[in-house]
Amino acid sequence: MDAIFGNLDLWGEGITYTLLVFVFGGLIALVLGTIIGAMRVSPVPIARAVGTAYVNLVRNTPLTLVFFFFVFGYSALALPKLSNTVLGIMAIGVYTATYVAETLRAGINTVPVGQAEAARAIGLPFGQVMTQVVLPQAFRSVVPPMMSVFIALLKNTTVAAGFSVAVLPQLQSTISNSHNRTGTPMEVLLWVALIFVALVMLLTWLQRTLENRWRIAR
Amino acid sequence: MRRTKILAAAGIATTALLALTACNSGSPNTPAGGDAPEPEVAEDVALEGSPTYDAMVERGGPIIGVKEDQPNLGFLDATTGERSGFDIDIARWIAAELGFSEDDITYEPIASANREQALVNGDIDYYVGTYSITDNRKEQIDFAGPYFVTGQGFLVSADSDMTEVTDVSDFNGMTVCSATGSTPIQNIKDNYPEIATEEYDIYSACVDDLLNGKVDAVTTDAAILIGYAAQYPDELKVLDGLFTEERYGVGIPKGDTALQEFINTLFTDGHDTWQEIFDATLGRSGITVEQPAVDPVG
Repeated sequence: MDAIFGNLDLWGEGITYTLLVFVFGGLIALVLGTIIGAMRVSPVPIARAVGTAYVNLVRNTPLTLVFFFFVFGYSALALPKLSNTVLGIMAIGVYTATYVAETLRAGINTVPVGQAEAARAIGLPFGQVMTQVVLPQAFRSVVPPMMSVFIALLKNTTVAAGFSVAVLPQLQSTISNSHNRTGTPMEVLLWVALIFVALVMLLTWLQRTLENRWRIAR
Repeated sequence: MRRTKILAAAGIATTALLALTACNSGSPNTPAGGDAPEPEVAEDVALEGSPTYDAMVERGGPIIGVKEDQPNLGFLDATTGERSGFDIDIARWIAAELGFSEDDITYEPIASANREQALVNGDIDYYVGTYSITDNRKEQIDFAGPYFVTGQGFLVSADSDMTEVTDVSDFNGMTVCSATGSTPIQNIKDNYPEIATEEYDIYSACVDDLLNGKVDAVTTDAAILIGYAAQYPDELKVLDGLFTEERYGVGIPKGDTALQEFINTLFTDGHDTWQEIFDATLGRSGITVEQPAVDPVG
Protein backbone atom coordinates (compact mmCIF):
# COMPACT_ATOMS: atom_id res chain seq x y z
CA MET A 1 0.00 0.00 0.00
CA ASP A 2 2.96 2.28 0.62
CA ALA A 3 3.65 2.25 -3.08
CA ILE A 4 0.31 4.07 -3.54
CA PHE A 5 0.02 6.31 -0.51
CA GLY A 6 3.67 7.27 -0.34
CA ASN A 7 3.59 8.58 -3.92
CA LEU A 8 0.11 10.05 -4.39
CA ASP A 9 1.51 12.99 -6.35
CA LEU A 10 3.09 10.70 -8.95
CA TRP A 11 0.00 8.51 -9.26
CA GLY A 12 -2.15 11.58 -9.78
CA GLU A 13 0.18 12.76 -12.53
CA GLY A 14 0.31 9.32 -14.13
CA ILE A 15 -3.47 8.90 -14.20
CA THR A 16 -3.96 12.45 -15.49
CA TYR A 17 -1.57 11.94 -18.39
CA THR A 18 -3.00 8.51 -19.20
CA LEU A 19 -6.54 9.94 -19.35
CA LEU A 20 -5.30 12.96 -21.31
CA VAL A 21 -3.75 10.75 -23.97
CA PHE A 22 -6.83 8.50 -23.98
CA VAL A 23 -9.43 11.29 -24.28
CA PHE A 24 -7.66 13.44 -26.85
CA GLY A 25 -6.24 10.48 -28.76
CA GLY A 26 -9.77 9.00 -28.78
CA LEU A 27 -11.25 12.25 -30.10
CA ILE A 28 -8.76 12.40 -32.97
CA ALA A 29 -9.38 8.72 -33.70
CA LEU A 30 -13.16 9.15 -33.70
CA VAL A 31 -13.26 12.23 -35.95
CA LEU A 32 -10.51 11.09 -38.32
CA GLY A 33 -11.81 7.51 -38.33
CA THR A 34 -15.33 8.62 -39.23
CA ILE A 35 -14.02 10.70 -42.11
CA ILE A 36 -11.82 7.87 -43.38
CA GLY A 37 -14.65 5.35 -42.94
CA ALA A 38 -16.98 7.55 -44.96
CA MET A 39 -14.28 8.02 -47.62
CA ARG A 40 -13.97 4.27 -48.02
CA VAL A 41 -17.64 3.94 -49.00
CA SER A 42 -17.95 7.19 -50.94
CA PRO A 43 -18.84 7.20 -54.63
CA VAL A 44 -15.70 9.22 -55.48
CA PRO A 45 -12.88 6.85 -56.59
CA ILE A 46 -10.06 9.13 -55.38
CA ALA A 47 -11.60 9.39 -51.90
CA ARG A 48 -11.93 5.61 -51.79
CA ALA A 49 -8.30 5.17 -52.85
CA VAL A 50 -7.00 7.65 -50.28
CA GLY A 51 -9.06 6.00 -47.53
CA THR A 52 -7.84 2.53 -48.47
CA ALA A 53 -4.22 3.65 -48.70
CA TYR A 54 -4.39 5.35 -45.31
CA VAL A 55 -5.91 2.34 -43.59
CA ASN A 56 -3.51 -0.15 -45.15
CA LEU A 57 -0.43 1.96 -44.54
CA VAL A 58 -1.06 3.06 -40.97
CA ARG A 59 -2.82 -0.03 -39.69
CA ASN A 60 0.01 -2.25 -40.88
CA THR A 61 2.67 -0.15 -39.16
CA PRO A 62 3.49 -1.14 -35.56
CA LEU A 63 2.38 1.48 -33.04
CA THR A 64 5.92 2.00 -31.73
CA LEU A 65 7.04 2.92 -35.25
CA VAL A 66 4.17 5.38 -35.62
CA PHE A 67 5.34 6.90 -32.33
CA PHE A 68 8.90 7.08 -33.65
CA PHE A 69 7.75 8.92 -36.78
CA PHE A 70 5.81 11.43 -34.72
CA VAL A 71 8.17 11.97 -31.79
CA PHE A 72 11.52 11.93 -33.61
CA GLY A 73 10.49 12.44 -37.23
CA TYR A 74 8.34 15.47 -36.53
CA SER A 75 10.98 17.24 -34.46
CA ALA A 76 13.56 16.72 -37.21
CA LEU A 77 11.41 18.91 -39.44
CA ALA A 78 11.63 22.67 -39.03
CA LEU A 79 8.07 23.01 -37.72
CA PRO A 80 6.79 24.69 -34.55
CA LYS A 81 7.96 22.76 -31.50
CA LEU A 82 5.41 20.46 -29.87
CA SER A 83 5.71 18.62 -26.60
CA ASN A 84 6.07 14.86 -26.55
CA THR A 85 2.63 14.57 -24.96
CA VAL A 86 0.98 16.35 -27.89
CA LEU A 87 2.99 14.34 -30.43
CA GLY A 88 2.11 11.13 -28.59
CA ILE A 89 -1.60 12.01 -28.64
CA MET A 90 -1.37 12.62 -32.38
CA ALA A 91 0.43 9.34 -32.96
CA ILE A 92 -2.06 7.26 -31.02
CA GLY A 93 -5.01 9.12 -32.57
CA VAL A 94 -3.81 8.68 -36.14
CA TYR A 95 -3.08 4.99 -35.49
CA THR A 96 -6.42 4.19 -33.82
CA ALA A 97 -8.34 6.10 -36.51
CA THR A 98 -7.71 3.20 -38.91
CA TYR A 99 -9.42 0.76 -36.54
CA VAL A 100 -12.32 3.17 -36.00
CA ALA A 101 -12.67 3.53 -39.78
CA GLU A 102 -12.77 -0.21 -40.39
CA THR A 103 -15.19 -0.85 -37.53
CA LEU A 104 -17.43 1.88 -38.86
CA ARG A 105 -17.23 0.47 -42.37
CA ALA A 106 -18.49 -2.83 -40.99
CA GLY A 107 -21.33 -0.89 -39.36
CA ILE A 108 -22.14 0.91 -42.60
CA ASN A 109 -22.41 -2.44 -44.34
CA THR A 110 -25.09 -3.52 -41.87
CA VAL A 111 -27.34 -0.62 -42.93
CA PRO A 112 -29.69 -1.93 -45.62
CA VAL A 113 -28.89 -0.56 -49.05
CA GLY A 114 -32.48 0.58 -49.37
CA GLN A 115 -31.92 3.20 -46.68
CA ALA A 116 -29.21 4.97 -48.62
CA GLU A 117 -31.10 4.58 -51.90
CA ALA A 118 -34.22 6.04 -50.35
CA ALA A 119 -32.24 8.94 -48.95
CA ARG A 120 -30.72 9.60 -52.36
CA ALA A 121 -34.14 9.28 -53.98
CA ILE A 122 -35.50 12.18 -51.95
CA GLY A 123 -32.59 14.30 -53.20
CA LEU A 124 -30.07 14.21 -50.33
CA PRO A 125 -26.40 14.68 -51.33
CA PHE A 126 -23.76 12.14 -50.19
CA GLY A 127 -22.81 14.17 -47.11
CA GLN A 128 -26.35 14.23 -45.84
CA VAL A 129 -27.01 10.61 -46.75
CA MET A 130 -24.09 9.70 -44.51
CA THR A 131 -24.64 12.07 -41.60
CA GLN A 132 -28.45 11.92 -41.47
CA VAL A 133 -29.23 8.36 -42.45
CA VAL A 134 -26.36 5.90 -42.66
CA LEU A 135 -23.82 6.84 -39.96
CA PRO A 136 -26.30 7.15 -37.06
CA GLN A 137 -27.49 3.61 -37.76
CA ALA A 138 -23.95 2.37 -38.37
CA PHE A 139 -22.70 3.75 -35.04
CA ARG A 140 -25.53 2.09 -33.15
CA SER A 141 -24.83 -1.31 -34.58
CA VAL A 142 -21.10 -1.26 -33.83
CA VAL A 143 -21.10 -0.20 -30.19
CA PRO A 144 -19.42 -3.39 -28.85
CA PRO A 145 -16.59 -3.62 -31.42
CA MET A 146 -16.06 0.14 -31.28
CA MET A 147 -15.68 -0.05 -27.52
CA SER A 148 -13.09 -2.81 -28.00
CA VAL A 149 -11.16 -0.39 -30.20
CA PHE A 150 -11.22 2.21 -27.44
CA ILE A 151 -10.21 -0.31 -24.79
CA ALA A 152 -7.25 -1.18 -27.00
CA LEU A 153 -6.51 2.53 -27.34
CA LEU A 154 -6.52 2.93 -23.56
CA LYS A 155 -4.06 0.09 -23.14
CA ASN A 156 -1.93 1.36 -26.02
CA THR A 157 -1.30 4.55 -24.04
CA THR A 158 1.31 2.50 -22.15
CA VAL A 159 3.48 2.62 -25.29
CA ALA A 160 3.74 6.38 -24.81
CA ALA A 161 5.76 5.74 -21.63
CA GLY A 162 8.75 4.88 -23.82
CA PHE A 163 8.48 8.25 -25.56
CA SER A 164 8.75 10.50 -22.55
CA VAL A 165 5.02 10.93 -21.94
CA ALA A 166 4.42 10.70 -18.19
CA VAL A 167 1.76 7.98 -18.35
CA LEU A 168 1.27 5.38 -15.61
CA PRO A 169 3.96 2.79 -16.49
CA GLN A 170 6.66 5.46 -16.22
CA LEU A 171 6.07 5.42 -12.46
CA GLN A 172 7.84 2.11 -12.16
CA SER A 173 11.31 3.45 -12.91
CA THR A 174 10.67 6.76 -11.17
CA ILE A 175 9.60 5.14 -7.92
CA SER A 176 12.01 2.25 -7.82
CA ASN A 177 15.06 4.42 -8.61
CA SER A 178 14.25 7.27 -6.25
CA HIS A 179 16.04 7.21 -2.93
CA ASN A 180 13.15 8.67 -0.96
CA ARG A 181 10.26 6.77 -2.57
CA THR A 182 8.86 3.44 -1.41
CA GLY A 183 7.69 0.67 -3.69
CA THR A 184 9.25 -2.18 -5.65
CA PRO A 185 8.84 -2.40 -9.45
CA MET A 186 6.48 -5.38 -9.13
CA GLU A 187 4.26 -3.59 -6.62
CA VAL A 188 4.00 -0.54 -8.86
CA LEU A 189 3.24 -2.58 -11.97
CA LEU A 190 0.54 -4.48 -10.07
CA TRP A 191 -1.15 -1.22 -9.11
CA VAL A 192 -0.83 0.07 -12.67
CA ALA A 193 -2.54 -3.10 -13.91
CA LEU A 194 -5.33 -2.71 -11.35
CA ILE A 195 -5.95 0.89 -12.38
CA PHE A 196 -6.19 -0.17 -16.01
CA VAL A 197 -8.67 -2.91 -15.12
CA ALA A 198 -10.79 -0.34 -13.27
CA LEU A 199 -10.69 2.09 -16.22
CA VAL A 200 -11.61 -0.66 -18.70
CA MET A 201 -14.54 -1.66 -16.47
CA LEU A 202 -15.78 1.92 -16.71
CA LEU A 203 -15.65 1.68 -20.49
CA THR A 204 -17.46 -1.65 -20.41
CA TRP A 205 -20.20 -0.07 -18.32
CA LEU A 206 -20.47 2.74 -20.86
CA GLN A 207 -20.78 0.14 -23.61
CA ARG A 208 -23.67 -1.62 -21.80
CA THR A 209 -25.49 1.66 -21.28
CA LEU A 210 -25.13 2.72 -24.90
CA GLU A 211 -26.15 -0.70 -26.16
CA ASN A 212 -29.34 -0.60 -24.13
CA ARG A 213 -30.19 2.96 -25.03
CA TRP A 214 -29.45 2.65 -28.73
CA ARG A 215 -30.98 -0.76 -29.35
CA ILE A 216 -32.96 -0.52 -32.57
CA ALA A 217 -35.58 -2.82 -33.98
CA ARG A 218 -35.23 -3.51 -37.66
CA MET B 1 35.27 -40.06 -49.84
CA ARG B 2 38.16 -38.44 -51.65
CA ARG B 3 35.91 -35.66 -52.81
CA THR B 4 34.73 -34.91 -49.25
CA LYS B 5 38.34 -34.63 -48.12
CA ILE B 6 39.18 -32.14 -50.85
CA LEU B 7 36.05 -30.20 -50.06
CA ALA B 8 36.92 -30.19 -46.38
CA ALA B 9 40.44 -28.96 -47.12
CA ALA B 10 39.06 -26.20 -49.34
CA GLY B 11 36.62 -25.29 -46.60
CA ILE B 12 39.34 -25.05 -43.98
CA ALA B 13 41.50 -22.95 -46.32
CA THR B 14 38.60 -20.56 -46.98
CA THR B 15 37.83 -20.26 -43.28
CA ALA B 16 41.47 -19.55 -42.53
CA LEU B 17 41.56 -16.91 -45.25
CA LEU B 18 38.41 -15.32 -43.90
CA ALA B 19 39.82 -15.39 -40.40
CA LEU B 20 42.99 -13.70 -41.66
CA THR B 21 41.10 -10.93 -43.43
CA ALA B 22 38.91 -10.52 -40.38
CA CYS B 23 42.09 -10.10 -38.41
CA ASN B 24 43.27 -7.39 -40.78
CA SER B 25 40.05 -5.43 -40.74
CA GLY B 26 39.72 -5.95 -37.05
CA SER B 27 41.91 -3.02 -36.13
CA PRO B 28 40.00 -0.83 -33.71
CA ASN B 29 39.80 2.15 -36.03
CA THR B 30 36.75 4.28 -35.57
CA PRO B 31 35.01 5.59 -38.68
CA ALA B 32 36.00 9.16 -37.86
CA GLY B 33 39.66 8.26 -38.23
CA GLY B 34 41.00 7.65 -34.74
CA ASP B 35 44.12 5.51 -34.55
CA ALA B 36 44.02 3.45 -31.40
CA PRO B 37 47.20 1.53 -30.66
CA GLU B 38 47.27 -2.10 -31.73
CA PRO B 39 48.27 -3.72 -28.44
CA GLU B 40 51.14 -6.17 -28.60
CA VAL B 41 50.14 -9.61 -27.41
CA ALA B 42 52.30 -10.60 -24.45
CA GLU B 43 54.06 -13.96 -24.31
CA ASP B 44 55.13 -15.90 -21.22
CA VAL B 45 52.41 -14.42 -19.04
CA ALA B 46 53.13 -15.16 -15.41
CA LEU B 47 49.89 -14.92 -13.50
CA GLU B 48 49.65 -17.44 -10.68
CA GLY B 49 46.67 -18.10 -8.47
CA SER B 50 43.98 -16.48 -10.58
CA PRO B 51 41.08 -18.87 -11.22
CA THR B 52 39.65 -16.44 -13.78
CA TYR B 53 42.90 -16.46 -15.79
CA ASP B 54 43.10 -20.25 -15.57
CA ALA B 55 39.58 -20.45 -16.99
CA MET B 56 40.56 -18.12 -19.86
CA VAL B 57 43.58 -20.24 -20.72
CA GLU B 58 41.56 -23.43 -20.65
CA ARG B 59 38.91 -21.87 -22.90
CA GLY B 60 41.52 -20.34 -25.21
CA GLY B 61 40.39 -16.73 -24.72
CA PRO B 62 38.61 -14.32 -22.43
CA ILE B 63 34.91 -13.47 -22.45
CA ILE B 64 34.61 -9.73 -21.85
CA GLY B 65 31.43 -7.96 -20.85
CA VAL B 66 31.00 -4.66 -22.73
CA LYS B 67 28.52 -1.97 -23.75
CA GLU B 68 27.77 -1.45 -27.41
CA ASP B 69 25.63 1.69 -27.59
CA GLN B 70 28.05 4.34 -26.30
CA PRO B 71 30.10 6.02 -29.02
CA ASN B 72 33.81 6.36 -28.20
CA LEU B 73 33.36 4.27 -25.04
CA GLY B 74 31.83 0.93 -25.92
CA PHE B 75 30.35 0.94 -29.39
CA LEU B 76 29.38 -1.68 -31.95
CA ASP B 77 29.15 -0.40 -35.49
CA ALA B 78 26.00 -2.12 -36.76
CA THR B 79 27.10 -2.00 -40.41
CA THR B 80 30.71 -3.18 -40.13
CA GLY B 81 30.38 -5.22 -36.94
CA GLU B 82 33.44 -3.47 -35.52
CA ARG B 83 33.75 -2.55 -31.89
CA SER B 84 35.45 0.65 -30.89
CA GLY B 85 35.85 3.02 -27.99
CA PHE B 86 37.87 3.79 -24.90
CA ASP B 87 36.43 0.95 -22.80
CA ILE B 88 36.80 -1.53 -25.65
CA ASP B 89 40.45 -0.58 -26.14
CA ILE B 90 41.11 -0.89 -22.41
CA ALA B 91 39.55 -4.36 -22.54
CA ARG B 92 41.72 -5.28 -25.55
CA TRP B 93 44.82 -3.96 -23.81
CA ILE B 94 44.17 -6.12 -20.74
CA ALA B 95 43.51 -9.15 -22.95
CA ALA B 96 46.73 -8.56 -24.89
CA GLU B 97 48.74 -8.31 -21.68
CA LEU B 98 47.18 -11.58 -20.58
CA GLY B 99 48.45 -13.14 -23.81
CA PHE B 100 45.32 -13.20 -25.93
CA SER B 101 44.99 -11.71 -29.40
CA GLU B 102 41.91 -9.96 -30.75
CA ASP B 103 40.70 -13.20 -32.35
CA ASP B 104 40.65 -14.99 -29.00
CA ILE B 105 38.32 -12.46 -27.41
CA THR B 106 34.59 -13.07 -27.11
CA TYR B 107 32.60 -9.90 -26.43
CA GLU B 108 29.39 -10.18 -24.50
CA PRO B 109 27.05 -7.17 -24.38
CA ILE B 110 25.61 -6.98 -20.86
CA ALA B 111 23.03 -4.41 -19.75
CA SER B 112 23.91 -2.27 -16.75
CA ALA B 113 21.39 -3.95 -14.49
CA ASN B 114 22.81 -7.46 -15.08
CA ARG B 115 26.54 -6.82 -14.68
CA GLU B 116 27.11 -8.11 -11.16
CA GLN B 117 25.07 -11.23 -11.85
CA ALA B 118 27.02 -11.99 -15.03
CA LEU B 119 30.30 -11.81 -13.10
CA VAL B 120 28.96 -13.85 -10.17
CA ASN B 121 27.63 -16.52 -12.55
CA GLY B 122 30.95 -16.66 -14.39
CA ASP B 123 29.30 -15.79 -17.73
CA ILE B 124 32.08 -13.25 -18.31
CA ASP B 125 35.70 -13.06 -17.11
CA TYR B 126 35.81 -9.31 -16.68
CA TYR B 127 33.65 -6.29 -17.52
CA VAL B 128 34.78 -2.99 -19.00
CA GLY B 129 31.93 -0.56 -19.68
CA THR B 130 31.30 2.67 -17.70
CA TYR B 131 31.23 0.54 -14.55
CA SER B 132 31.27 2.83 -11.49
CA ILE B 133 33.04 1.53 -8.41
CA THR B 134 30.53 1.56 -5.54
CA ASP B 135 30.46 -0.06 -2.10
CA ASN B 136 27.18 -1.74 -2.96
CA ARG B 137 28.69 -3.50 -5.93
CA LYS B 138 31.87 -4.37 -4.04
CA GLU B 139 29.79 -6.69 -1.87
CA GLN B 140 29.30 -8.98 -4.86
CA ILE B 141 32.33 -8.40 -7.07
CA ASP B 142 35.77 -6.80 -7.07
CA PHE B 143 37.08 -3.91 -9.14
CA ALA B 144 40.47 -3.32 -10.69
CA GLY B 145 41.34 0.30 -11.33
CA PRO B 146 39.87 2.91 -11.47
CA TYR B 147 41.08 3.71 -14.96
CA PHE B 148 38.84 6.76 -15.45
CA VAL B 149 37.13 9.31 -13.23
CA THR B 150 34.07 11.24 -14.34
CA GLY B 151 30.87 12.72 -12.88
CA GLN B 152 27.42 13.97 -13.81
CA GLY B 153 27.83 16.54 -16.55
CA PHE B 154 25.75 18.37 -19.13
CA LEU B 155 25.80 18.16 -22.92
CA VAL B 156 24.41 21.12 -24.84
CA SER B 157 24.28 22.41 -28.38
CA ALA B 158 27.60 23.85 -29.58
CA ASP B 159 26.07 27.26 -30.27
CA SER B 160 24.78 27.57 -26.71
CA ASP B 161 25.97 30.59 -24.70
CA MET B 162 26.74 28.43 -21.68
CA THR B 163 30.30 27.30 -21.12
CA GLU B 164 30.09 25.97 -17.59
CA VAL B 165 27.52 24.98 -14.99
CA THR B 166 28.05 26.03 -11.42
CA ASP B 167 24.77 24.66 -10.16
CA VAL B 168 22.09 22.42 -11.62
CA SER B 169 19.62 25.28 -11.10
CA ASP B 170 21.38 27.08 -13.98
CA PHE B 171 18.98 25.03 -16.10
CA ASN B 172 15.82 26.43 -14.48
CA GLY B 173 13.20 27.02 -17.14
CA MET B 174 14.88 24.71 -19.62
CA THR B 175 14.28 21.10 -20.64
CA VAL B 176 16.83 18.44 -19.71
CA CYS B 177 16.85 14.84 -20.97
CA SER B 178 18.32 11.64 -19.53
CA ALA B 179 17.68 7.90 -19.37
CA THR B 180 14.51 6.68 -17.67
CA GLY B 181 15.17 5.94 -14.01
CA SER B 182 18.78 7.11 -14.03
CA THR B 183 20.17 8.88 -10.97
CA PRO B 184 20.68 12.29 -12.68
CA ILE B 185 17.06 12.55 -13.90
CA GLN B 186 15.82 11.51 -10.46
CA ASN B 187 18.02 14.13 -8.84
CA ILE B 188 16.52 16.84 -11.07
CA LYS B 189 12.92 15.67 -10.65
CA ASP B 190 13.20 15.54 -6.86
CA ASN B 191 15.20 18.70 -6.22
CA TYR B 192 14.76 21.09 -9.16
CA PRO B 193 11.04 21.34 -9.96
CA GLU B 194 11.60 24.31 -12.27
CA ILE B 195 13.54 22.19 -14.75
CA ALA B 196 11.37 20.33 -17.25
CA THR B 197 12.52 16.76 -17.93
CA GLU B 198 12.30 14.27 -20.72
CA GLU B 199 13.32 10.65 -20.47
CA TYR B 200 13.92 7.76 -22.86
CA ASP B 201 15.26 4.24 -22.43
CA ILE B 202 18.43 5.09 -24.34
CA TYR B 203 20.73 8.10 -24.35
CA SER B 204 20.88 8.28 -28.13
CA ALA B 205 17.19 9.28 -28.18
CA CYS B 206 18.04 12.18 -25.85
CA VAL B 207 20.92 13.16 -28.11
CA ASP B 208 18.56 13.10 -31.12
CA ASP B 209 16.22 15.44 -29.29
CA LEU B 210 19.13 17.72 -28.42
CA LEU B 211 20.28 17.80 -32.05
CA ASN B 212 16.68 18.62 -33.07
CA GLY B 213 16.51 21.40 -30.51
CA LYS B 214 13.67 19.78 -28.60
CA VAL B 215 15.62 19.70 -25.33
CA ASP B 216 18.24 22.13 -24.07
CA ALA B 217 20.62 19.66 -22.45
CA VAL B 218 21.35 15.98 -21.90
CA THR B 219 22.73 14.91 -18.54
CA THR B 220 24.52 11.79 -17.32
CA ASP B 221 28.13 10.72 -16.68
CA ALA B 222 30.41 13.17 -18.46
CA ALA B 223 32.36 10.31 -20.10
CA ILE B 224 29.25 9.17 -21.95
CA LEU B 225 28.50 12.77 -22.96
CA ILE B 226 32.09 13.34 -24.11
CA GLY B 227 31.65 10.30 -26.33
CA TYR B 228 28.67 11.92 -28.03
CA ALA B 229 30.45 15.27 -28.23
CA ALA B 230 33.33 13.52 -30.03
CA GLN B 231 30.82 11.95 -32.41
CA TYR B 232 29.22 15.32 -33.25
CA PRO B 233 32.07 17.79 -32.58
CA ASP B 234 30.46 20.59 -34.62
CA GLU B 235 26.99 20.31 -33.11
CA LEU B 236 27.51 19.43 -29.43
CA LYS B 237 29.73 20.37 -26.50
CA VAL B 238 30.11 19.25 -22.89
CA LEU B 239 29.92 21.99 -20.26
CA ASP B 240 32.58 22.34 -17.58
CA GLY B 241 31.52 21.38 -14.10
CA LEU B 242 30.80 17.98 -12.60
CA PHE B 243 28.33 17.23 -9.83
CA THR B 244 29.20 13.73 -8.65
CA GLU B 245 32.27 11.53 -8.77
CA GLU B 246 32.01 8.30 -10.74
CA ARG B 247 35.14 6.15 -10.84
CA TYR B 248 35.13 3.58 -13.61
CA GLY B 249 36.74 0.25 -12.79
CA VAL B 250 37.15 -3.14 -14.42
CA GLY B 251 34.66 -5.56 -12.88
CA ILE B 252 36.22 -8.93 -11.96
CA PRO B 253 34.92 -11.93 -9.99
CA LYS B 254 35.09 -11.45 -6.23
CA GLY B 255 38.20 -12.67 -4.48
CA ASP B 256 40.47 -12.85 -7.54
CA THR B 257 43.17 -10.59 -6.04
CA ALA B 258 45.83 -11.99 -8.39
CA LEU B 259 43.95 -10.70 -11.45
CA GLN B 260 43.12 -7.45 -9.64
CA GLU B 261 46.79 -6.86 -8.85
CA PHE B 262 47.80 -7.75 -12.42
CA ILE B 263 45.41 -5.22 -13.97
CA ASN B 264 46.28 -2.54 -11.40
CA THR B 265 49.99 -2.95 -12.14
CA LEU B 266 49.20 -2.74 -15.84
CA PHE B 267 47.30 0.54 -15.37
CA THR B 268 50.06 2.00 -13.18
CA ASP B 269 53.02 0.95 -15.36
CA GLY B 270 51.34 1.38 -18.73
CA HIS B 271 50.66 5.09 -18.50
CA ASP B 272 51.76 5.77 -22.09
CA THR B 273 49.45 3.12 -23.50
CA TRP B 274 46.58 4.52 -21.44
CA GLN B 275 47.28 7.97 -22.86
CA GLU B 276 47.40 6.65 -26.43
CA ILE B 277 44.10 4.87 -25.97
CA PHE B 278 42.52 7.97 -24.47
CA ASP B 279 43.81 10.28 -27.22
CA ALA B 280 42.43 8.00 -29.93
CA THR B 281 38.96 7.81 -28.42
CA LEU B 282 37.50 10.21 -25.85
CA GLY B 283 40.39 12.63 -26.30
CA ARG B 284 39.17 13.45 -29.81
CA SER B 285 36.51 15.68 -28.26
CA GLY B 286 39.31 18.01 -27.20
CA ILE B 287 39.25 17.39 -23.46
CA THR B 288 42.28 16.48 -21.41
CA VAL B 289 42.08 14.17 -18.41
CA GLU B 290 44.68 12.84 -15.98
CA GLN B 291 44.87 9.11 -15.55
CA PRO B 292 43.66 8.36 -12.00
CA ALA B 293 45.74 6.36 -9.53
CA VAL B 294 44.44 2.85 -8.86
CA ASP B 295 42.87 1.78 -5.59
CA PRO B 296 44.85 -0.49 -3.26
CA VAL B 297 44.14 -4.18 -3.76
CA GLY B 298 41.81 -5.95 -1.32
